[in-house]
Amino acid sequence: MEALLHQILAGLATGGIYASLALALVMIYQATHLVNFAQGEMAMFTTYIAWSLVNAGMPYWAAFFITIVFAFAMGVLIERIIIRPVEDAPVLAVVVVFIALLVILNSVAGWIYTYTIKSFPSPFPKDAFVATKYMSPHEMGAIGITLVVLLLLFAFFRFTPLGLAMRAAAQNPQSSRLVGIRVGWMLALGWGLAAAVGAVAGMMVAPIVYLDPNMMGGILLYAFAGALLGGIDSPGGAVVGGFAVGVLENVLGAFVIGNELKLPMALVLIIGVLLVRPSGFFGKVHVTRV
Amino acid sequence: MTRKQIVLIGVLLVIACALPFVVSNYRTFQFTLVMVYATALLGLNILTGYNGQISLGHGAFYALGAYCAAVLMDQAGAPYWATIPAAAAVCLVAGFLFGLPALRLEGLYLALATFALGVAMPQLLKYDHFAKWTGGVQGIVIAKPEAPLGLPLNPDQWLYFFTLAVTLVMFLLAWNLLRGRIGRALVAIRDQHIAAEAMGVNNAIYKSLAFGVSAMYTGVAGALSAIAIQYVAPDSFNIFVSIVFVVGIVVGGLASISGALYGALFIQFVPNIADEISKAAPWAIFGIFMIGFVYLMPTGVAGAVRLLLARRKS
Repeated sequence: MEALLHQILAGLATGGIYASLALALVMIYQATHLVNFAQGEMAMFTTYIAWSLVNAGMPYWAAFFITIVFAFAMGVLIERIIIRPVEDAPVLAVVVVFIALLVILNSVAGWIYTYTIKSFPSPFPKDAFVATKYMSPHEMGAIGITLVVLLLLFAFFRFTPLGLAMRAAAQNPQSSRLVGIRVGWMLALGWGLAAAVGAVAGMMVAPIVYLDPNMMGGILLYAFAGALLGGIDSPGGAVVGGFAVGVLENVLGAFVIGNELKLPMALVLIIGVLLVRPSGFFGKVHVTRV
Repeated sequence: MTRKQIVLIGVLLVIACALPFVVSNYRTFQFTLVMVYATALLGLNILTGYNGQISLGHGAFYALGAYCAAVLMDQAGAPYWATIPAAAAVCLVAGFLFGLPALRLEGLYLALATFALGVAMPQLLKYDHFAKWTGGVQGIVIAKPEAPLGLPLNPDQWLYFFTLAVTLVMFLLAWNLLRGRIGRALVAIRDQHIAAEAMGVNNAIYKSLAFGVSAMYTGVAGALSAIAIQYVAPDSFNIFVSIVFVVGIVVGGLASISGALYGALFIQFVPNIADEISKAAPWAIFGIFMIGFVYLMPTGVAGAVRLLLARRKS
C-alpha cells in the first residue's frame, strides 16, 4: 500500500510536467489546429539557456524568469518566421516543417552544448519542511510550480482583455479580424505563451531526467498521450490527462508492465484514445460536412 | 517508357555494375547503403507520396525487417538470402495490421500515432522477455556473406550486387504497381478520398494495403541493411531513423519513383560531408534542407529534374 502511494505521488510530480507540456501542445492546437512536434525540443533548448545562466553565476530564480522571457520571444519568432508561411499548406508540409524544427533545435543544442549529459540544479532545498517520506522537495515544488502556472494561464485567458482576444482569434479568426483583433499577432502570442509554459516544464523535469539534447523525446510522447486523453482541444482536459498519464506511467511501470514498456504504453494509450474516443474525455466531438 | 528513358536506365545499370570495380571497398559499401535507403524511401513514398498517409514511424518497420533477418540468421541459422522474403512477409503483415487502426486517423493524428510508434520501437526491442532472441541492449552480430559459386568478388562487392538485384526487383514491382489501376486508386484516395469512394475505390482496403506494402519495402530495406552492416542494436533504430526517411522523400520528391534514389544519395552522402564540421551538423543541414524544400521546391529533386527536362523540350 505504501509503495503504491509512493508511486502515485511520484506519478503526480512527473504528471505535472506532462500536464504543462500537454497544455502547451493544446494551446497551439487550439490557435492553429496544428500539433507541434517540436514542443519538446523547444523546451529542451530553453532549459539549456537556463543552465547556461545558472552556470554563469546567476541566482536560480533570476535565470528562471529570464529563461521564460527568452522562451516567449523564441516562440513568437518561430511562429512569425517559420510557421507563418506554411499556415495554410497541406498537412504533410506542416508536419515536415515541425519535424525540421525538432531536428534543428536538437542539433543546435548538441552543437553548442555537446551531447554529454549535464545535471541541472533544483531550486528547492533538499531538507525543506515539506519533504515527506513519500515525495522529495523537488517533486512537491514541481507540482506547486505547475499549478501556479496553470492558475496564471487560466486567469490570463479568463480575466484579461488580451486573453479574451486570443480566445476569440483562435475560435473565429474572420469575425475577430472584423472587430479589430490582430489575429496574426494573437497566434504568435499563443506560440510564445506555449513556449514559455514548455520552458517551465523543461526546467522542472531537467533535475529528474538530467539535461541532454534528447531528453524530451519520451516526455513529449507522454504529453501527447495526456493531451489526447483529455481532449486535444480542451486545456483543462490536457492538464487532467497529463496528471493521469503520469500516475498511470508510474503505477503500471512499477507494478504491472515493468520499466522498459513505459514508452510502448504511451504508444498504446495514444492509439487507443485515437481509436476509441478521438475527442478524448473532455474534448468536443467534431462533425464535418462532406 | 520512351526509348530515351530505356537507354538512360540501361546506361545507369551499366554504371551501377561497373561501380564496385572502380571505387574502394568502403565506397562500395556506401553505395550498397544508398540502395538500401532507396528501397526504404520507395516504401515510404508509396504510403506518403502516393497515398497521402503521413508516417513518422517507418523506422519501426525498418527495425522489424532488420531484426527479422538478424534473428533468423542468428537463431535459426537461415541463409542470408532467405531472410529477405521472410522479412518482407513479416513486415507486410505488421504494416497491414498497423494500417487497420490507422484507417481511422487522418493527417496530423496519423503523424502522431506513427511518431509514437517510432519513439517506442527501441524500447520494445530492448524488452527483457524478447532478449533471448533479440539480444536485448547488446543487439545481434551476424556474419558477412561470402560470394557464392567461387565468383571472383570480395564480400563487399558481392553484397553490393546482391543488394542491387533485390533493389531492382523492388523498383520494378513498385513501377508496375503504381502505373496501373492500383496506383491510380492510391493517388485518387490521396487527392479526393470521397470522390474516389464514389467511383468505387474501396478506401479501407487500399489504404491498409498501401500501409502493408509500404512497410514491406521498408522491412526489406531493413533486412538488407542488417546483412550489410552485420549488426543490429535497439538504439540504432531510434526516432531519427524515421525522420531521416521523411527527409529523404521530401528532398528526393514526393510521389516519384526516381525521387527515392535522389533522396537516398542525399541521406547517405550529405551527412558524410557535413560530419567533418561537427557531429551535430548533418542534422542541422537535414533540418534546413527540409524547410527549404517545403518552401521552395515542394516537388523535391525529382520535380526539379522533370521541370528542367520539360523546359529543354519546349
